Amino acid sequence: MKSLGSIRRDFAPWNDPNAKPYIQFDNVTKKFGDFTAVNNLSLTIFEREFFALLGASGCGKSTLLRMLAGFEEPTSGRILLDGQDLRGIPPYRRPVNMMFQSYALFPHMTVEKNIAFGLKQEGMPKPDIEKRVAEMLKLVKLEQFAKRKPHQLSGGQRQRVALARSVAKRPKVLLLDEPLGALDKKLREETQFELMDLQQELGLTFVVVTHDQEEAMTMADRIAIMDKGEVMQVATPAEVYEAPASRFVAHFVGNVNMFEGKVAERSDKTTRITGATGAEIVVDNTGNAPATGADIVFAIRPEKIKVSSRKPADSVNALEGEVYDVAYLGDMTVYHIRLDDGQMVRASALNAARVTEDPLTWNDRAWVSFRPDAGVVLAR
Amino acid sequence: MNATWSRFNVTSIVLGFAFLYLPIVLLIVFSFNESKLVTVWGGFSVKWYVSLFHNQGLMDATWVTARVGVISATVATVLGTLAALTLTRYTRFRGRVLFSGMVFAPLVMPEVITGLSLLLLFVAVGLDRGFFTVTLAHITLTMCFVAVVVQSRLVSFDRSLEEAAMDLGATPVKTFLQITLPVILPAIVSGWMLAFTLSLDDLVIASFTSGPGATTLPMKIYSQVRLGVTPEINAACTILIAVVAVGVIIASLANKRREAQRQLDEQAAQRG
Repeated sequence: MKSLGSIRRDFAPWNDPNAKPYIQFDNVTKKFGDFTAVNNLSLTIFEREFFALLGASGCGKSTLLRMLAGFEEPTSGRILLDGQDLRGIPPYRRPVNMMFQSYALFPHMTVEKNIAFGLKQEGMPKPDIEKRVAEMLKLVKLEQFAKRKPHQLSGGQRQRVALARSVAKRPKVLLLDEPLGALDKKLREETQFELMDLQQELGLTFVVVTHDQEEAMTMADRIAIMDKGEVMQVATPAEVYEAPASRFVAHFVGNVNMFEGKVAERSDKTTRITGATGAEIVVDNTGNAPATGADIVFAIRPEKIKVSSRKPADSVNALEGEVYDVAYLGDMTVYHIRLDDGQMVRASALNAARVTEDPLTWNDRAWVSFRPDAGVVLAR
Repeated sequence: MNATWSRFNVTSIVLGFAFLYLPIVLLIVFSFNESKLVTVWGGFSVKWYVSLFHNQGLMDATWVTARVGVISATVATVLGTLAALTLTRYTRFRGRVLFSGMVFAPLVMPEVITGLSLLLLFVAVGLDRGFFTVTLAHITLTMCFVAVVVQSRLVSFDRSLEEAAMDLGATPVKTFLQITLPVILPAIVSGWMLAFTLSLDDLVIASFTSGPGATTLPMKIYSQVRLGVTPEINAACTILIAVVAVGVIIASLANKRREAQRQLDEQAAQRG
């Protein structure tokens, strides 16, 4: 069976027409004065899903999260959690907890007290609180830091306390606002995997807001890509990357080459595209391909393009040009090729071998080639 | 830092400190004067301190000042904190600019005017001048100072702390009592101390608004000086200076130690 990207696990309620949505945004709009932060947005999230809201700052992703937590009320539309309309329910009565970007640890309380805070508000008996706090400290491996105050902890430790505090009440949904934003790169990567394990272990629904696409791709079951208060695409990481729904999504996630052109001819299986600058490209038909004569964009990822010094014998799509730039990154090499029609193409090649015979270098003649199923056709 | 003791630096430091502290040093020295003449040194003695404690008038005035200070500072702290909360939290109500202007106006208002207008008010509403009116007047005077101190802390207060508390199930009232108040408490305490100090050394407003039986210490000292300065007054002032100085030193030492401890903790945390 053909599939897009790697398969995470056997969990895809979004493909099941009978699955009941757990969190539901129905035509939600949020305005701050004249500014529309969220514009008529509808979205469904399923139980036990790890869901990411990805977008540049100001795209409305944090507002969406804050509406779910109860810090903002939608201007119009409604938000349902497990079938219950959340309108008018204050944050302290919602079965969701949030982990804040700034961690928002209470500076005058010890780690222990911070974690116990939510449980105390619930009126949980003291022995139970102690048990739960110990359990949480063990979960985030901070047992020996229980008596410390937040300013006596490093950034990574604070992040763990914030996490422990937000899951201590066993919320139905955990909201994470840029949870790893303040950590350095290495710690961030480790923590990504820890968060995923934690989500599996506790069986919670996670909604995470991030501007870091790598973070969203690593952790999430599905990603909603947002721009200007609207959802551009909701899909699995592999779909978002390999089958972007629009130019915006293709550009936003990863690197991409775009060829503008027209549909010249359609057959049963393939479509022939004439580029604006004369190049001819043949692609496999997928889904609802555009009609002949339509203005389209052909989008292809750099790693799907092969670079060679001679014309590949068996390739359907091969375009000739000159090496404009080469960047050696260790694990791979990135080539910028200027095609003879003037179009720049970015191609990356994995450095699978340590030594390359006859490597391509600046100003060499070169051919770029790709398979008919390597890219996607998008509306202009 | 390469601080070189050039002649210029030394001169400016000596001149500067002399300018600031020479009068006070003179006052302290002459409080230990044996002679009754204030400006003639007659040998060392503590007899003026002894007689001070037998001066019923001065002792009464001290007691009045302390009570006025504590009560007015406490009320002003509550009112000033509320004003600061309103001004930082509700930034969009009608007339906010006017309100904040009105809260802070007494900061720059000449004390004579504040005192006179309060006097007119008390006369108009028929309040007998005394302990109650001088306390009220000091609340009016010091409230805006408390508001300024607390507001400057609230501006840097991370609102997500409150959101986190509510998110974890604390009602707004509990959030205020358990999170907001403890975090801004140092600012509230220093606001109270500022208000207390201001009340302690106010002469102008107290003269306008006080009445018989409620003479504050500054009023008492001032009226005695007009009859002629006695070394007893010098002694009283020296004690006042000592009290204020000790208070200031303790406060700054505590602050410094807390800051140093915090830095140590943070370094320890970074290491491991």
